[in-house]
Order: sequence, then C-alpha cells, then structure tokens
Amino acid sequence: MLYNKKAVYLGIVILVVLLTAPFWAGLFGQNYTKTGVTKPNEEACIENVEFMRAQHMRLLNEWRDEALRNENRTYIAKDGKKWEISLQNTCMRCHKNYDDFCAKCHLSNSVSPYCWTCHIIPVEGK
Amino acid sequence: MNNNRRKFLKIASLSAFALSSGIASMGLSASEAEAKLAPGFYDHGPKTLHAKRWAMVIDTREFHSAEDYEPLIRACHNAHNVPDIPGAKNIKWFWLDSYEHAFPDDMNPYMSEKIKAQPFPLLCNHCTNPPCVRVCPTQATYKMADGIVAMDYHRCIGCRFCMAGCPYGARSFNFFDPRKYLPEPTNPRFPTRMIGVVEKCTFCAERLAVGQLPACVEASNGKILFGDLEDPNSTVRKALAANYSIRRKPNLGTQPGVYYLI
Amino acid sequence: MLEKLLTGSKSYYIWLLFLICVIIGCLVAYSVQITTGLGVTGMNRDVSWGLYISQFTYFVGVAASAVMLVLPAYFHHYVKFKRMIIFGEFMAVAAVVMCALFIVVDLGQPQRMANVILHPTPNSVMFYDMIVLIGYLCLNIIIGWVTLEAERLEVAPPKWIKPLIYLSIIWAFSIHTVTAFLYAGIPGRHYWLTAIMAARFLSSAFCSGPAILLLLLFIVRRLTGFDPGKEAIKTLATIIVYAMCINVFFYCLELFTSFYSNVPGHMEPIHFLFMGHGGELAWVSYFMWAAVIMAFASLAILIPPQTRTGKFLPLALIMLVLASWIDKGLGLLIGGFTPNMYETITPYMPTCIEITVALGVYAIGAFVLSLLWKIALGVKRDVNNFCD
Repeated sequence: MLYNKKAVYLGIVILVVLLTAPFWAGLFGQNYTKTGVTKPNEEACIENVEFMRAQHMRLLNEWRDEALRNENRTYIAKDGKKWEISLQNTCMRCHKNYDDFCAKCHLSNSVSPYCWTCHIIPVEGK
Repeated sequence: MNNNRRKFLKIASLSAFALSSGIASMGLSASEAEAKLAPGFYDHGPKTLHAKRWAMVIDTREFHSAEDYEPLIRACHNAHNVPDIPGAKNIKWFWLDSYEHAFPDDMNPYMSEKIKAQPFPLLCNHCTNPPCVRVCPTQATYKMADGIVAMDYHRCIGCRFCMAGCPYGARSFNFFDPRKYLPEPTNPRFPTRMIGVVEKCTFCAERLAVGQLPACVEASNGKILFGDLEDPNSTVRKALAANYSIRRKPNLGTQPGVYYLI
Repeated sequence: MLEKLLTGSKSYYIWLLFLICVIIGCLVAYSVQITTGLGVTGMNRDVSWGLYISQFTYFVGVAASAVMLVLPAYFHHYVKFKRMIIFGEFMAVAAVVMCALFIVVDLGQPQRMANVILHPTPNSVMFYDMIVLIGYLCLNIIIGWVTLEAERLEVAPPKWIKPLIYLSIIWAFSIHTVTAFLYAGIPGRHYWLTAIMAARFLSSAFCSGPAILLLLLFIVRRLTGFDPGKEAIKTLATIIVYAMCINVFFYCLELFTSFYSNVPGHMEPIHFLFMGHGGELAWVSYFMWAAVIMAFASLAILIPPQTRTGKFLPLALIMLVLASWIDKGLGLLIGGFTPNMYETITPYMPTCIEITVALGVYAIGAFVLSLLWKIALGVKRDVNNFCD
C-alpha cells in the first residue's frame, strides 16, 4: 500500500531527470568541440601533447617537489633534451600567452588554479 | 678456503647487482633520479654549486654603517620580489638591527661605541637543528641535504608555528597580499609569494643551482663569505680559523650557519 | 533522541535564532579576514599568534576538564556525579569543536588544512594535537550518546563502552599535555620553555572547566529546573578549589624560578605582563593584576567550607573563570611573544575584527552546546532523573 502515490511517482521522475540532467544537456546541448586555445609556435613541448594535456598539473607538482626538495632543477625529457625546471621561466617562455592558452583551457574545464598568485606571467602574455 | 669462497660469492653477487642495475639505468649519471610520473629523469643543473653544509661568514668589521649594507638588502629583496610593507607586519629576508638586539645574551653596557652604534645584518641562520623544521606540521619547511633550510610556499598552511619556533625572528608572514606592496615585480624570473604563507631567506638556493653565489654575497664585494663548512679548505673555514667569530644565540643548540666576524 | 531538538519552548527557539544571527554576523567579519588577510588582526611579525590560538588553548582545557566528572564517577564509583556527567561530556564536544574552529580561523591558508593529514609529520607537536583532539571528540560523542541512549531506555550502558570511558579519562590528560607541548618545546621562548607547563595547563583546566560547567548548570537550573544535585555541586566545588590552589601554586613556582635565578630571559616576560615596559603598564598588565585579585578572592570564598557552597559560589566561580582565562587566554600568548626575539617590545592588541571572529566561534560553541544539552535535558526529564 503506497500513500500519496502521485506525489511519490512525480518525485521519483523529477529526481531521475535532475540526476541525469548532465547527460541530457550533453546529448541535446551545444556540441563541445574545442577549448579554443592558441598553441605556441614552437615545435614541441617537453613531452608529447597527450601526456602534457592530461598530466601537466601532476608533472608540475613533481617538478616542484624535485626542484625544491631534492635540488634537482633539471629535467631530462624522454628525447634526451634538458630543461630547467621552472613554470615561470621554462613553461611560460613558450606558453607566454596566458589568456589564449592557460586561461581558455582552464575556463572551459572550469578549474581555477592559483599558480599566478605567486608565479609571474610574462609581460608580453597579458 | 671457506673465507675465499665467501669472498668470491660476495664479489660475484656485487658485480651481478652492478651489472643489472647498470643495464637498468642505461648510462645514467649517479645523481640522476628517475621520475615517478614524467617519462624523463631529474638531475642537478650542470653549473650547480655543491656543498655538504653551506655556511655564511659576515665580516662585520668591513661594514661601518647602514648605507654599507643597503646594496646587499636591495640585492636580496630585489632578487626575491620582497615587498616593503610599513609597520610591524613587514616581510624581512635580510635586515639590520643593533648589536644589543641581534646578540641579546652578549650585551654589556661598556661595549665600544663603534659596536653599540653599528648595525648588524640579520637573516635566516639555516640552523643545523632548525626549530622551525621541527615544528612545521606539513613539512612545508625542511632542511635539505646541503644544510639549507628551505620552504615550499605551495604547501604552507600559514599556521605560523615556525614563527613561534624560530628564535631569530627570521620568518615573515604574509599578513596581506604581497603584490599590493609590489607594484612591479623587481625580478620577473622569480615568483612572488601569496597571502597567508610564511617566507624567509633561502640562502639563494635558486642561484646556487645555476652556479651563482647568494645575492647578498655577490653584492658585498667579498665582505660576506659563502662556502662549505665541512670543507677545511673553503673560504668560510679559513676565515673562521683565522678570526674571532660569534653566532646568534648559540646556547639554544640550533647551530646557526651564519657566523659574524666581530 | 534527535527529536528532542524539535520540541522546545519559545525561548529555546529565540535563543537558537539569536545564536544563528550572531554567527552570521561574525561570519561577515571572518570573510573580511579571508579576503584581506590576517593583516586585519592585531598580530604581527613578532607576535605571530594572538587571541585565536590562546582561545584554542583555553578551550582544550575546558574540553579536558570533563574528566573531573568522569574520573570520580568511573574510577571511584562516585554515583552522585552520574546525573550531570553527560553535561560535562557534551561540553567537551562543544569545546573541541571550538578548538578546531579557532585553529581554522587562525590559518593563513585554511583551504590547505588537509596538508596536515596529506603530509603527516611526526616531529611536529601540531600533528599529535590534531590526532588527540579528533580522538577526544569522537570518544566523547560516542560515550555521551551511548550512555544517554541507555539512560533513555532505562537499561545499563553496553559493556563495550567501559573501556572507551577509561580510555577517555587518560585521553583527556593527553589532549592538554600535548597542547602544552606545542609551547613548552620551543627554544628561545622563555615564558613557555618550562617543564611545568603541562602541569599548569592541567591544573588550570581542572579548575576553570568544572567552574564553567557549574555556572552553566546554574543557568540551566534557573531555566529548566534541572538540578545537578547538592552533593554533586559540593564535591565538584571541592575539586575546583583543589585544582585552583594547585594552579596558583604552580604559577608561584614559575615566579620563584624566574626571579630567584635572576635569569633575564625568564624574568622579562613576567615583568612585562605585570609591570609593563619602561615604567608604563601595558594594557595586559591591568588584566594580569585583575586576574591575581580575582584568583585570590575566589580562593577566599571557595576554601572555607561554609562559603564554598553558599550564595557566593557563583561569584567565586565567575572570578575563577575570569582569572584563569586572563592567565591562559591572554597572558600565556602575550608573555610568550613579549619581549620578542630581539628582547624588545612589539605591542599586540586584538582588533575588533579579531574579537568578532572569536565571538563567532564562541557562538558556534554555544550553539552546539545548546543543542546537545537540550537532548540531554529532554532525556533526563523523560526518565525522571531531573532533580532530587
């Protein structure tokens, strides 16, 4: 015996719709294609694009710990190329356009890292 | 016979180990470290200066007034984007105070006028037994293998236990957003700090990594020496052997790494 | 038992609403602190801890003091305490909540708080303090809830709770000892570098905590008619007076060592607290002298058995709480940081925002306490364990 049948069923339907809302929005909403970032002109990043795209924050964390705690301030990439470990002086030398690179992607992924409260964005990038 | 066999086994196993690890590392230099996440490796820079225990000797006899120290303070604070905030909430990496305040246990009223009037430079002592490292609840401040007491501003939660712990007042807390007091970063290659973290002198670890001496040492024209305390032939050891030197609050057992020639 | 929260008099709801308003008001002050930084407080480079950490320290003591009810009841089977034990345990819960909040509002980067757990650091006393406080909070919630539930059902508490109660007794000593170690292990802070710090903390906690509990229970008695029991009050007052005597004695021990040894570092903080600097009293000096007067006045009322439980008892308890609060909630931190590391004076005075934020934490503590005590009172009324 179920009391308030109508209200209960209606409630369940509303709940299901709400919970699955992101899927509906994805199916019928605007198709998400690109973040619209402008890649720098340089040929290659320190590692391949897939790795950098997926792991750059973890890589930066590892860089930070190696540089600050173990005084390993040089990174030898897979291709043997050596890089100075520095967000500000290495990464942002090529990725100097903060607004068109970092900000656009972070925005479309709705993350707001606060790297730049300390690290200084190169002047030409603003 | 038995002894020989043992020796043989020892050598054989050691060489096997060396061989296998040699293959694994494929010609890596000894200092290189394999990355956990990244596909590459980590290493010191080619020009990095190394020491077993970095230490500083300040020849205060060569400095006479606050103006003499001014270029050093400017070099340090400019290199590290240290803001100048008026009042008791200031940030200090390298600063001056009187003998009475710098060495409060060592004061007598009849000291020479010169000593009484002269300012003394103060900075983080990079102690061998740093109380700040002992009390930090997140290892945001830590002692490195070369004796430098460093800080990871990313990890600091701003509890200020280290400031209570430091007997030298060498630590400053960012009570405000430091960039508000730093209209233009003085060194665009070095980060600033953010609100709510503690900061201090780092013995210029970032400069040592590229083969440069600390900014204050460089600006002092040889009046501040910097070197390896464990190397008997280093400039600091020679200076300490030849002169009378003191350290701040030695009775606390912290073993400061900054020595003053008086 | 939570349903007890939903039935109450009008004044109960008005009280809760009032607290919520205070909390929201104080949250505004906290948001100012978060956005502008701790620069809005009176703390500075030389006095790097202030009101927040001292309140944290004080309320660790209040939390630990629940043991003064639990220990006689469970180690000595003193049954007269059984009726009000739950109020001590629930007060401990509220106090630990306040401690945690005082730490949070003191942090420069509170969103990184989890770093203490993500990077556990066994050489830091703060790490152990976190463990013992969380442990004590859990112990008191579990013990309080389970014993109250048993009382409601009018059955004996389950057997498994006994070991937890014994553990909580030892644990209570540990929380305040570890909190004292935050201070007592720091080289160069003369006022704190004393082996008797933990003992002083415990003695001041064991007088001030039960005193606060008794005062609050007097208010509850006025409002609801709940009576902790005449004998119980008398015994607790006796415990309070012993603890206060030991507390004052311990402080005098500090005075002897500092001044007879004549070591400047040990004399200077005490000299500053009571005599100020350069011939002028500091603002804290007035408080310190008031604390001295109130401490001895409270003892004068509490020591003679005739006046101990008389009509002056609440007055004596108020003076005792104020005296211990000034000693631990003001003097401890200011004396620790003054003179500073250069043996000079950097003044510290809490700002309005700092005091407002602290009041907000007090209000949250009062809110938690009101809810928990409401439950306890409801249960006591149901099972007729309300008054003699």
